[in-house]
Amino acid sequence: MTALLEIENLRVRFPTMGPLRARLTGVADPWIDAVCGVSLSIAEGETLGLVGESGSGKSTLARAVMGLVPVAEGQVRVEGRRIDGLGGQALAPFRRRMAMMFQDPVGSLSPRLTVRSLVAEPFRIHGVRDRDLDAEVRRLLGLVGLGPDFAQRFPHQLSGGQARRVGVARALALDPKLIIADEPTAGLDVSVQGEILNLLARLQGEIGVAILIITHNLNVVRHVTDRMAIMYLGRFVEQGATGQVFERPHHPYTEALLSANPEPDPDAVLNRVEIKGEVPSLLRRPAGCEFHTRCLYARERCSSEAPAVSSAGGAHRYTCHFPLGENG
Amino acid sequence: MAGAASPPESAAEGSVLEVSGLSLDFGSPRGRIHALRNVSLSVPRGRIVGVVGESGCGKSSLAYAIMGLLAANGEVTDGRLLFEGRDLLKLDQRELRAIRGQRLSMVFQDPMTALNPVRRIGELMTDIQYRSGRSPAEMRRRATEMLERVGIPDAESRLAAYPHHFSGGMRQRICIAMALLVEPALLIADEPTTALDATLEVQIVHLLKNLQRELGCSVLFVSHHLGTVAELCDDVVVMYAGEVVESGPVREIFHRPSHPYTQALFACDPGRIKQATRNLPTIPGELPDLVEPPSGCIFKDRCPERFEPCDRLKPPAYAAGEGHRAACHLLSPCRPLGSGPAGEGAR
Repeated sequence: MTALLEIENLRVRFPTMGPLRARLTGVADPWIDAVCGVSLSIAEGETLGLVGESGSGKSTLARAVMGLVPVAEGQVRVEGRRIDGLGGQALAPFRRRMAMMFQDPVGSLSPRLTVRSLVAEPFRIHGVRDRDLDAEVRRLLGLVGLGPDFAQRFPHQLSGGQARRVGVARALALDPKLIIADEPTAGLDVSVQGEILNLLARLQGEIGVAILIITHNLNVVRHVTDRMAIMYLGRFVEQGATGQVFERPHHPYTEALLSANPEPDPDAVLNRVEIKGEVPSLLRRPAGCEFHTRCLYARERCSSEAPAVSSAGGAHRYTCHFPLGENG
Repeated sequence: MAGAASPPESAAEGSVLEVSGLSLDFGSPRGRIHALRNVSLSVPRGRIVGVVGESGCGKSSLAYAIMGLLAANGEVTDGRLLFEGRDLLKLDQRELRAIRGQRLSMVFQDPMTALNPVRRIGELMTDIQYRSGRSPAEMRRRATEMLERVGIPDAESRLAAYPHHFSGGMRQRICIAMALLVEPALLIADEPTTALDATLEVQIVHLLKNLQRELGCSVLFVSHHLGTVAELCDDVVVMYAGEVVESGPVREIFHRPSHPYTQALFACDPGRIKQATRNLPTIPGELPDLVEPPSGCIFKDRCPERFEPCDRLKPPAYAAGEGHRAACHLLSPCRPLGSGPAGEGAR
């Protein structure tokens, strides 16, 4: 399997103040690392789920891949060629291969354009003139299960689920190899959420497109992804095949996330692992293992020494000194 | 529909809030939207009642109607809102103000915008007690105490902080602390965990449950999250397109859902599907247009069990178990056998 997308030691930084203020206030390093030392690869036709709480850097990672925020360190390769640092014209051919679905289904559509213009927009932007746009719009709307009469509607005339389908149609327009879906089901009801996920799964079967799904909803991840990665404070704390991670989580944070998923059953036996506190500020990353401030199993070593990446067999990797299921 | 127009008297006595036959319209350019139609439910003293439903089912409108915070184009056309024996709809603004924020308080959906950004937490928390007649020092002491109770560390010094100094989860804790400072008889929580991450959601749900036990108030918990409702609530009311389709104790509803909509809603929840699948169940079709709600059953167009009376008659709330009611013709006691859809009777 050739890797479609490879990310190596990616680091994305944001300034917290201007350089002048930093010098005046004597702050040596006014930057925060939103994404830090992340490596991953996605093969053709694969679905990878990226899970984490707000502020864990999952959307920033996606935006860095798309070239929407600058990469500070590390490499992003698409089909073996580096794309980090490229801009404008040089990046355009790669952007065609990767499409992004943004978080807010209605907000990501221009309110003044009809669905037809919205779906045809990628062709215009990439200068594709050899196709019959009306036919293409019909084809794309058909693919996502919307009738041709939707072409004349404006975004405010669509429900959340329909707007999301238009987003999928836009993403599919230029036959991408990879779709990055940022919270594709956020804000949708459970009955509609299933429709969108089924649609993505069906398209993947038909077109063979790879999907990177960013979500905080573990139920979504369990049902639609092949592999998953869990992010905390901009780093991966665990990644592996979805089934394996759900069955045998090794990192305490993964365990806590999995058990923070309320069971829709009033009699469910709750041996819940409730973690304390909230995500620490990126300005003051904890020393040692960055999760030790909230970890139920933290020991002395955790607060001083950062754990290395270990393997739990195959591609299942985690970053913890005292993984679960081994000597307690 | 559940609970019918005249609820049993015994329930009324032990209830903090008794909503009966409430109908609510919103004006719109297309005509009047009948957002709530004949909604009845009761919140017994000391219990947590969950209102569940998808977007557009009217659950938030119900909460806002009870609080008297409807938008200018909203109008209650029928029904009663009995709160501690008084009809909230008949009170004038002054009387309402004496109840709202005193006996009746609310936690809103978005903690990021619920707090006044230019007031300090201490000011916000003493302001809300302005009717209590306590001294400022006493009000501050109670504020500190309540902040500690909801798990804000170093509460005393945090009174001087502004809302933007706190994260979303902390702000929601502050909102809950403020809502409970006035010792309400009923706390209305409108999707208080929707804007929060999963690990924080669990914390807030536990906090609400513990505080409710300590203070003994009733809670009306509005949510679309089935897992949270199952965990927190004693009773559940399921709404669809502006009507109550099913209501009952939480175990009854989750173990023996009787309305096809409730069954479909549960079937869609990926949390209930234990086997990983790429083909998730959905509810085909769309919500009916509430400018002209269809006659007969409100769910008939999407219902897999639709049969003859569904088009003609609006189903009343039939008994489906102990304290459990569902508005579906399948539960009609006089339904002749075999008149339902082929092979499928009432489940």
